Order: sequence, then C-alpha cells, then structure tokens
Amino acid sequence: MAAEELTVQSHIQHHLSNAKMCSVEGEIAFNKACENAGFMTLHVDTLAWSIGLGIIFLMIFRAAAKKATTDVPGKLQCFIEMIIELVSNNVRDTFHGKSKLIAPLALTIFVWIFLMNLMDLIPVDFLPAFAGWVGSTMFGMDSHDVYMKIVPTTDINMTAGLAIGVFLLMIGYSIGMKGVVGFIKELTLQPFSSNNIFAQILLIPFNLLLELIGLFAKPFSLALRLFGNLYAGEMIFILIGVIGLWQLPLHFPWAVFHILVITLQAFVFMMLSIVYLSMASSDSH
Amino acid sequence: MELALGLKYIAVALLIGFGAIGTGLGFGNMGGKFLEACARQPELAPSLQVKMFILAGLIDAVAMIGVGIAMFLLFAA
Repeated sequence: MAAEELTVQSHIQHHLSNAKMCSVEGEIAFNKACENAGFMTLHVDTLAWSIGLGIIFLMIFRAAAKKATTDVPGKLQCFIEMIIELVSNNVRDTFHGKSKLIAPLALTIFVWIFLMNLMDLIPVDFLPAFAGWVGSTMFGMDSHDVYMKIVPTTDINMTAGLAIGVFLLMIGYSIGMKGVVGFIKELTLQPFSSNNIFAQILLIPFNLLLELIGLFAKPFSLALRLFGNLYAGEMIFILIGVIGLWQLPLHFPWAVFHILVITLQAFVFMMLSIVYLSMASSDSH
Repeated sequence: MELALGLKYIAVALLIGFGAIGTGLGFGNMGGKFLEACARQPELAPSLQVKMFILAGLIDAVAMIGVGIAMFLLFAA
C-alpha cells in the first residue's frame, strides 16, 4: 500500500510540476537541478504555451480582420464579430471614461485567458506523454524527467503577471486622469474626511491603511481567483484520471462543468479589469 | 511527523468545508433573489442573468482560492 501511495503521489507530482529553467553556478540547468536556484527560475512550459496561444489568437483575429467584408460575411468573420460585440457591449456599459485602450485590452484579456484555460480540457496525459516520448526518443532522456504543464493559467506566475499588468494600468490611469496629487488625495482623504485640518491630518494614516488594503486586494484577488479555479479544476482532472476504470462517468460531468468555469473565469477577469479601470479613470467618490 | 500529516488533513478539510458553507449560503441567497426578480419583471431576465454570472464568479472566488490552497497542501507540499 505504501509503494502504491508513492507512485500515485509521484504521478500526481509529476503532472503538477512545471518545466523549470534556471542558471546554476553560471550554467543553464533544468528541472530537478533547479531546486535551490532561487527566484530567477523560469517556467519554460508556461512561457511557451502562453506566448504560443497568444500568437495563435493574433493570427486568427488578424486573418479575420484582413478578410473582413461588408458583403455577406463568412463563418469566421461572424464568429469574431460575435466575440467583439460581446466585449464591446460590456465595455460600453461598464466603462465610464474615455479611452481607446480599454476595449482592445478587454478583448485580449478575454480571448487570451479563455484560450489558455481551454487547454485544460485536453486530457491531462496526452501532450505531456507526447513530450515525454519526444524527450526519450530524440534527446535520450528518461520520460519521467520531462515535465510539462499545458495550462499556463494553472501557474500562479502567469495569473499574477496578468493581474500585475492590470494593476499597473489602474495606477497609470489614476495618475493620468487625476494627477499624482489627485491620486494621493484619493488614497489619503477617503473614506474619513473632516473640515478641521488637524483632524484631517490625524485621519490620514487610517484612510491610507484602508485604501491601500482595498487597492492591493484587487490584483491579489484577480490573480488568485483565476489560479484557484484552474488549479483546482486541473487537480480534479488528474485525480479522476488516477482512479482507474471508473474514469469516464466522472470525467464527463466534470469536463462539462469545467467548460462553464473556464468561460466564466475569463469573463469575470475581463469584467473586473474593466470595472477597476473605470473606477481608476473617473472621480468615483 | 504523523501529527503534522494529520493536522495537514484537518487543515485541508477546514479549508474546503468552510469555503463550501460560505459559497452555499451566498449562491442560495443570490439565486433566490434572482428568481424573485425574474418573477416580478420577466423582461429583465437576460440582463440580470449576465450580472448573476458575474456575481457567481466573484462569490466563488475566495472559496476557490481555499480549494486551490487545500489541493496544493494535500498533493504538492
């Protein structure tokens, strides 16, 4: 029983590890050698899959845009138009400022995150097993040493990167619309304000604390929401895969539920980004 | 060593359990109000449904974060 536990555990661990690349003592090393390499360890599979999917997204949309016609539209154009209409309606309803960046940003966030999440529906073993086969036939590695996770958004680094991008845009819009002074005023003079200047100065630390917590909760929750949903989903896929013969009746309902989850999470990330940027670029209080 | 393992399992159970309680209450309330609103004004149903899904994503968030951490604790730590 103990030996069985060990192989199940190690199989799950194997599927949950990213392919790491780091520099150890001046040379490039991979995976197991990166145990103590510290902060500058790159997850090569996350980078490759996310950039690759981004390129696919750009290629498809560019092809549709080049062939766009006001005549009878083809199927691709119709599909792209549906997506753009959805994003455009949401931006128009939610964003109360003036910016040319928001709608393309929202479109990118939605489609890119959706494509990355979509990789979760591919059976867990397919592509990593193929990568292991490639590794063992072409590079002579033990196929157990080839690590690959195909869903970039199950890596907290990816979701945190997206959230930090939105966070920087939030601060940029705030400062751009209100100026640095206005930005600092918004952080220090709300929610407690008073007409007496001494009371106002005394209240600044409280206001700052509350506002900073609110400010940092936004990217934090964005990153963790997406990561948590996708990581738990992938984990349950792996666990159901480990069960054995009863996989199929369990996999199917979970996969159907997961289709809802991936679309919903991409949509929620997009909506929240639009809402936060709208709050940042207008005098909300 | 085994105490740590046992405590880990209890921690995982607490994380997932409490998350489930909160989510259940939240979704129950939200779903109830949504149905009430649809009954009162059926023409608002589509737009309210979109907003409901957005809220569903938000209510799920912290519970999912808990589940993510619990899974990580259980299998990768």
